[in-house]
Amino acid sequence: MQMPTPDANVLSRKAGIVARLQEVLPRDAVISDEMETRAYECDALTAYKCPPLAVVLPSSTEEVSAVLKVCHEMGVPVVPRGSGTSLAGGALPTADCVLLGVARMNDVLETDYDNRFIRVQTGRTNLSVTGAVEADGFFYAPDPSSQLACAIAGNIAMNSGGAHCLKYGVTTNNLMGVTMVQMDGTVMEIGGKHLDAGGYDLLGLVCGSEGQLGVVTEATLRILPKPEGARPVLMGFDSNEVAGACVADIIKAGVLPVAIEFMDRPCIEATEAFAKAGYPMCEALLIVEVEGSPAEIDEQLALILEIARRHNPVELREAKDADEAGRIWLGRKSAFGAMGQINDYMCLDGTIPVSELPYVLRRIGEMSKEYGLDVANVFHAGDGNMHPLILFDANKEGDLELCEAFGADILRLCVEVGGCLTGEHGVGIEKRDLMVDQFAPADLEAQMAVKDVFDPHWLLNPAKVFPLAASESRRSVALAAE
Amino acid sequence: MRPETEADLADMIASASAPVCVRGGGTRGVHLDGTVLETGGLSGITLYEPGSLTLVAQAGTPLAEIEAALDAEGQRLAFEPMDHRGLLGTSGAPTIGGVVAANVSGPRRVSVGACRDFMLGVRYVDGAGVVVKNGGRVMKNVTGYDLVKLMSGSWGTLGVLTEVSLKVLPKPETAACVLIDGLSDADAMLAMAKALGSPFEVSGAAHIPVGLDGQPVTMLRIEGFAGSVAYRADQVAGLFGGMAVRVERDPDTVAKGWAWVRDVEAFHGQSGDVWRVSCTPTEAADLAARIGAEALLYDWGGGLVWARVAEGTDVRARLGAFDGHATLVRGSGQAKFPPDPAPIAALSRGLRARFDPKGILNTGLMG
Repeated sequence: MQMPTPDANVLSRKAGIVARLQEVLPRDAVISDEMETRAYECDALTAYKCPPLAVVLPSSTEEVSAVLKVCHEMGVPVVPRGSGTSLAGGALPTADCVLLGVARMNDVLETDYDNRFIRVQTGRTNLSVTGAVEADGFFYAPDPSSQLACAIAGNIAMNSGGAHCLKYGVTTNNLMGVTMVQMDGTVMEIGGKHLDAGGYDLLGLVCGSEGQLGVVTEATLRILPKPEGARPVLMGFDSNEVAGACVADIIKAGVLPVAIEFMDRPCIEATEAFAKAGYPMCEALLIVEVEGSPAEIDEQLALILEIARRHNPVELREAKDADEAGRIWLGRKSAFGAMGQINDYMCLDGTIPVSELPYVLRRIGEMSKEYGLDVANVFHAGDGNMHPLILFDANKEGDLELCEAFGADILRLCVEVGGCLTGEHGVGIEKRDLMVDQFAPADLEAQMAVKDVFDPHWLLNPAKVFPLAASESRRSVALAAE
Repeated sequence: MRPETEADLADMIASASAPVCVRGGGTRGVHLDGTVLETGGLSGITLYEPGSLTLVAQAGTPLAEIEAALDAEGQRLAFEPMDHRGLLGTSGAPTIGGVVAANVSGPRRVSVGACRDFMLGVRYVDGAGVVVKNGGRVMKNVTGYDLVKLMSGSWGTLGVLTEVSLKVLPKPETAACVLIDGLSDADAMLAMAKALGSPFEVSGAAHIPVGLDGQPVTMLRIEGFAGSVAYRADQVAGLFGGMAVRVERDPDTVAKGWAWVRDVEAFHGQSGDVWRVSCTPTEAADLAARIGAEALLYDWGGGLVWARVAEGTDVRARLGAFDGHATLVRGSGQAKFPPDPAPIAALSRGLRARFDPKGILNTGLMG
């Protein structure tokens, strides 16, 4: 993965830039020492590292605005960062950027149960949003698996999902309003405590724009009453095709489970060796979870089990109590940890039409043999969002490049069958150069036109999302302007 | 103009130099100067996979055709798009493109989301005649910017939709409605908040200050499998001990009642302007009181106020500043869309200039 050559003009002005930032922020909110900026050199895509020119940690919307004004005036690129958990390199700095972290902004500003929203500063972690309202019987629905650490700012930037999207949607469906600071320092409110925009849906546009349109400092999030209860059921099948058909039949029957998780044999074997959840050894395993009162859960599960039996499962396991439910989820929740025990891995995130599941899994198996790299599949089957985990050895010469090439082929396959490159992790730098496989030049041009409007000089997170060649003329105009 | 293919449409727009008024079924009350461009030639369901909850259709496809196809598989458009014909006195057949362009949603918006929340992908021709696609046909997709949301609700001012891709949902087995009689507007807002804040999955919450019998009634809808609906209806009714609570359990009667709310039938054939106010639910009763309306109807738990007022009433002036906005749905002489705050208006103008550089698409609509 290439990053643009840092702007020598910016690098040479470091002392002056840091001095201006120190004028508008408290002393401890500007980090420029090379030992200390190193802490911000990467996000969760750890194969790529680059310390930024400087790091700023503002504590308020006003401070964010002041920082952006300075960077705008001085022509310095800015890379926004939530908690740095991006798997796509969304928060990867460049040597000539000011990295703007929102971690110090983590207050709850307002909680309103009658109108079912919470307003928070966006440095707050995803799980602690639910933590702030769960004692009163509410929760915030999007639940990316990094929810303990990831920040709402990053969730909004990437339009994060999670395991329960089939029923509750992703971030954009649960976001009511934001306070956003534009690159020139302009502060604006988009949306609010009401539903639906009066004009263009700029909120929908900002959500998922990967920190390229503005820095979101506060967010009004929809909270939901917690369901009375939830219960999973586990089913094992002797082929991916049958498991895929079972998923489609459950959905067609009118049941809307909150989650349908799918694991294939390599994933089952790895997690079983690691977590010993007692999973059956089979080709494909489904975990289906439904919600409601005990009687409602019984009603839905009866229907689901009846459908599952028609597909001759090798195993059907109902959770009788919380302990058994925990054991059903145990393997799934430790899948990533289990793979990490075996080797280094790269986690992909393509989405496919659910109907293409068996074909795509077969092709991935074939490609795995061709590349000589093992793959385990674990994913959200109800919405077709796949997470193939490719195992490789980071210490082996050329293995990372081989793994990236394999990953790119899998993502192209997702696009080929009618899906997309990324379902919930975002494009970042990871999928940036594959965008041409999904979009025609005119499609990318329309998206880049939006950035032109919000950030005419292309200073916000400029080297992400769009293939470098496609965005080059815009980025170089920005540099020439200085 | 009535293109038969997307390529034809692109050619027509590319060579157009005067304003074009985009029209699906012509039922949503848009009257503008310019050559009418009908999308009806771009019609037909392109793809429907019930097991993937996905439907793709050309923009000019009649809504009725889509609803019939979904119904045959026990599915539906969960956002419950309103039919504007009765309220606006229009005729014609609504198209899916029109629904999306106007982000038309109904009572279920409060629980499952708006039309824009069910949009997976679009194809459109921009104002320069360039064909663009965004999104796709899968439920989780964060690949690039979400122009799908931008196009939904942009009323044809940024591009002419040619194809839309939607998430659909199963049709519930049955429905019931909990009815509370005699509440004041303010008390009704609190009752609806209580119901929507319960774990019983209320899928609609409306308050009619003057019902068919002249008395106020508050409606709370429950949908799902039969056993679950019976249970949840009882639980919701139980939240309102001491009030005059009834439960309507006949699904046809429930469906009729909610279609009545969805299409604002109470205002059909009544004179005056009609406004739609989007606001914070618990502020709705106070805001509505400021309007001095001849008739009111609250949907979305109070988050949507329908107001029928004397012709020419400046509702925005009466409301003053609040969190939300007011749209003129029926009437003339005032701006249909609410004015945007300065920074948002600047961005909206910038987007429009880029998407429609010749300034020909639905000129005069949306600022």
